[in-house]
Amino acid sequence: MAAFLELRNISKIFGGVHALRQVDLAVEAGEVHCLVGENGSGKSTLIKIVSGVAAPERGGEIVIDGQSFERLTPGESTRLGIQVIYQDLSLFPNLTVAENIAVGAHLDGVRLVDWGRIRAKARAAMARIGVSLDLEAKVAGLSVATRQLVAICRAMAADARFVIMDEPTSSLTRHEVESLLSLVEDLRAKGISIMFVSHRLNEVREVAERVTVLRDGSKVGTFSAREIDDKKLAALMTGKSFSYTLSEIQPGKLPVALSVENLTRTGEYEDVSFEVHAGEILGITGLLGSGRTELALSLFGMTQPDSGKILIEGREVSFRSPRDAVDQGIAYVPEDRLTQGLVLDQPISANIVVTVLDKLAARFHLIDPRERRATVDKWVSDLSIKVSDPENPVKTLSGGNQQRVVLAKWMARQPRVLILDSPTVGVDISAKDGIYEIVKRLAADGIAVIMISDEIPEVLYHSHRILVMRAGRLSGEHIPFRSSEQDLMAAVNA
Amino acid sequence: MSEQAAAKPRRKLPVGGTNAGLSALLVALVILFGLMIGEKFFAPGVLRSMAFQMPELGILSLAMMITLLSGGLNLSIVSTANLCALTMAYVLSVTIPDATGFAWGAWQVVAVLAGFVVASLIGIVNGYVIAYLGVSPILATLGTMTMVKGLSVGLTHGNVISGFPEPIEFIANGTVFGIPFGLFVFAAVAIPVAVALRRTPFGNAVYLMGSNPEATRFSGVRTRRVTMKLYILSSLLAAVAALVMLSRFNSANASYGESYLLVTILAAVLGGTDPFGGFGKVGGLVLALIILQVISSAFNLLGFSQFLTIAIWGGLLIATSIFALWYRGHLRWGS
Amino acid sequence: MREGSSMREGPSIREGWARFRRSHEFWLLIVVVVLCVLLSVTTDSFLTLQNLFDLLTSNAFVGVLCAGLLVVIVAGGIDISFTATATVAQYVAMSVAVAYGGNWLSVFAIACGVGVLCGFVNAFVIYTFKIKSIIVTIATLNIFYGVLIFVTRGNYIYSLPDWFATGINWFAFERDEIPYSLNFQMLMLVAVFALTWFLLNRTNIGRQIYAMGGNPDAAQRLGFNLFRLHLIVYGYMGFVAGIASLVQAQLAQSVAPTVLVGKELDVLAAVVLGGASLLGGVGTVFGTILGLTLLAIMQNGLVLLGVSSYWSQFFVGLVILLSVSVTAVSMARSNRSRKARA
Repeated sequence: MAAFLELRNISKIFGGVHALRQVDLAVEAGEVHCLVGENGSGKSTLIKIVSGVAAPERGGEIVIDGQSFERLTPGESTRLGIQVIYQDLSLFPNLTVAENIAVGAHLDGVRLVDWGRIRAKARAAMARIGVSLDLEAKVAGLSVATRQLVAICRAMAADARFVIMDEPTSSLTRHEVESLLSLVEDLRAKGISIMFVSHRLNEVREVAERVTVLRDGSKVGTFSAREIDDKKLAALMTGKSFSYTLSEIQPGKLPVALSVENLTRTGEYEDVSFEVHAGEILGITGLLGSGRTELALSLFGMTQPDSGKILIEGREVSFRSPRDAVDQGIAYVPEDRLTQGLVLDQPISANIVVTVLDKLAARFHLIDPRERRATVDKWVSDLSIKVSDPENPVKTLSGGNQQRVVLAKWMARQPRVLILDSPTVGVDISAKDGIYEIVKRLAADGIAVIMISDEIPEVLYHSHRILVMRAGRLSGEHIPFRSSEQDLMAAVNA
Repeated sequence: MSEQAAAKPRRKLPVGGTNAGLSALLVALVILFGLMIGEKFFAPGVLRSMAFQMPELGILSLAMMITLLSGGLNLSIVSTANLCALTMAYVLSVTIPDATGFAWGAWQVVAVLAGFVVASLIGIVNGYVIAYLGVSPILATLGTMTMVKGLSVGLTHGNVISGFPEPIEFIANGTVFGIPFGLFVFAAVAIPVAVALRRTPFGNAVYLMGSNPEATRFSGVRTRRVTMKLYILSSLLAAVAALVMLSRFNSANASYGESYLLVTILAAVLGGTDPFGGFGKVGGLVLALIILQVISSAFNLLGFSQFLTIAIWGGLLIATSIFALWYRGHLRWGS
Repeated sequence: MREGSSMREGPSIREGWARFRRSHEFWLLIVVVVLCVLLSVTTDSFLTLQNLFDLLTSNAFVGVLCAGLLVVIVAGGIDISFTATATVAQYVAMSVAVAYGGNWLSVFAIACGVGVLCGFVNAFVIYTFKIKSIIVTIATLNIFYGVLIFVTRGNYIYSLPDWFATGINWFAFERDEIPYSLNFQMLMLVAVFALTWFLLNRTNIGRQIYAMGGNPDAAQRLGFNLFRLHLIVYGYMGFVAGIASLVQAQLAQSVAPTVLVGKELDVLAAVVLGGASLLGGVGTVFGTILGLTLLAIMQNGLVLLGVSSYWSQFFVGLVILLSVSVTAVSMARSNRSRKARA
């Protein structure tokens, strides 16, 4: 096979920092290639250079289909058949499926719209990948998986020969991932090259042939997908070696902190019963859409269950708002840290004290600035958050430190029960262990922890007990020492 | 990005102008106008007239600013102020002519309280529609603005109610130790509002909500209740402005001060308030108000039309916005 | 694509009807129709030719501006300055016409030209400095208006040229001794709505405007020329403000530089009632016409029903508040049920 795309000696400097350093990369025609790396490793810079949004430094060469370029413009990149499907899909929610697919027809010049041609173009693109969607439906009303199909159709309508997909599986259910992968297989058979930018290697290993790993802007190497596994990949991405160890501490039989009896919210979860003890880390795993997050939202008072009971230390409680749950000692670290966990533009300090504003208010209901500062300093040092100034916006921190701020704000409140939803999403591998350490310490201090995650190693190696959730119901209980990753994987996907 | 690189310190004040910058601008303007106009510019009479004019716009701007901080907007402040002023004026006009002694004083208090009750009701409507029904603030308050003004026009047929007792007249026209009393009224609301914003749980929640209401709610803040309180507070501030306006014009009408509406947004944004929420200080607003007033008074002395003044205000708003962007290093020419 | 000709038929009529029934416009249409029927039955004067002509003529100024503001809102921006733009355009165009003479073509060219320039100023500042459109246009409202009044000292222009004062009266006829004709106001109202519909639905520029309003980041990634789109959108608003200014001057038979500023929020109310979203990307010409119609016939109807005209603004406010509340509540509900189904 001939290489469709070849990058030679590509570097990029942003503000004095090497975002990419002399990277070489080749993708064959009809190959599925996986690009992995931690945040800041240079993945997105590489995408920008290939799509023509950014220009590489002099001395590099981009060869596409035998043609050599020093840099590409967005127009050239599109004309050469390069299409990027961004993680957010970049669709227009207010327009119809047909118009989104054929949006290229609206570009350039001033002319009249031929609606017949728009529809025909959209139909042809759908036919190429064998899907059939309602052309007149607004994209805003579609599921994420369907939207992704629309984005792929758009790439087809633009005569794509090389499609870059940025984290395509991150918000899909297992079933949807499988359909996506079989679609990718079809595209490959048609001679279209695909580049997955993803860290979920186990999902794409079935279709990807080679994996290129980036670290700190440099290429670590290109490997055959079959010869590496998650552990090896983690080591390549971080330059450190990791060994997961099973949680050895068994909690003493402390009292039950939270229990749930026959909790049901129609369409989300059904007949859920479990209990979690003080000092225990209870893992809950399940696929996207299995009801795991929906259950957590009800435990935190964001939504109200239709029936069933929630008991805290044996007392029945009901939450009309998150505040009620917080007052009862429940804390929730949401999966979507950037929009639900933190107020990114506001100072680190304000994000930490938000949960204890009422407690800081003293005389005349005014907050004592020294008390506030002391609280912030205590948690910053206690959770070793790396900050130069706590009055800087939270968004200036790295993912791992941001997550520590979320934990800090709940620690300040001294909860009885801490619910963590996918606590290490968007956290670099090397920073994950720090988060697990904190969680274990909190449990040791007597907090009941519920850790929800779809990453099986995460719950397997860091909890005392694991519940599996499937289609809105709890389907089984596992003990880490007696179950393997494979057992759990099978239970989740059953 | 590595941890160190990500955590590298940036300039503070992510949005909005700075008080230092505004102070510098103010000093520059005073020097400039001083040179252009001479001593006359610093005459006590000029300073006094500035101080007389500032309170009503200042209080209305506060009412606007606190809603801007939360990511909202209150277009109904001026119409609320007018309805409150009419309510106060109506009670006064019915009771005062026949009242003497204690009743004379008591009815004035009742009149003012009646105005505040009306303001609270409008605030509750705004707060409920925005916080509990989820209507965007601009639309909700556009509706109440029209409705409240319609109520004023309907009840008064557009007529003026005038003639008030001395204590009411004193509020905007009297002086204490040579300082206009209106300025004390302004200080008496601006300082508590500033303290409430910086130092109370309510104020802290307002800033957080302004940047991200969802994350704030996920942190256990009762965001709906805070929104409700905020719009009631905004209305009550409009009622204080009503009292000052009532006194200054010695009359009340359904459509006084309508040109103030957009100027309050201009003043708040000039003072460093982010029009989309999360950032802004009362101190910045006060500086902005003084700057606007200085320009207005100087132009008046120079014999320029008041309309040239508002044109310069508009130019200043754009200029400071550009300056603030440049200062923060966020200015991108095109993209 | 030749073989695509068999695919050229659009969505079926039944599907289209089903979609329309779920739309904001459908409910608005029902409200408008019900209101019309009620007023026709309860009053003698509502359903008369004279009332219809009066309604169209007196609402033409706000209506024309609605069309322009719709385009800006669909693009994801907002414009507050258009009344000041119209004031400037009107004053310049009529001053020139009074001083040097001229004809319809020249007043249109001058009024629209001035309007487009003002719009370009907005577009340039908004795009180049990335300042929120609401701030920029509040500032330019003050600048345009302040400078104009300063320069003109706020003087009125009373004696407009005869040909302009006469206006146009096409298809004139008489019924019951009342003369009717297709006048300048109606003609412009219809023409501007038609032009706006054509721009938004039949040109690629219009579709780019919708796309940019729906997802500006995606529009940029796809290589839309966003600066040009900003110029077109705000320039169009200025162009339309120029037309509206002539509509108003012809109706008032004078130029009064202080009467237009202050009507911004009336126009915004009509566009928003018509279903346009301030978040951008959503809004239709048909909806805007319905929003405008609702406000117009409500005020008209209240007068005809004998409600004192002093109260009409109160009811307008009430309708706005109820309408935005019902929309917000029903949208929250449909989101929830969609989520439950998914």
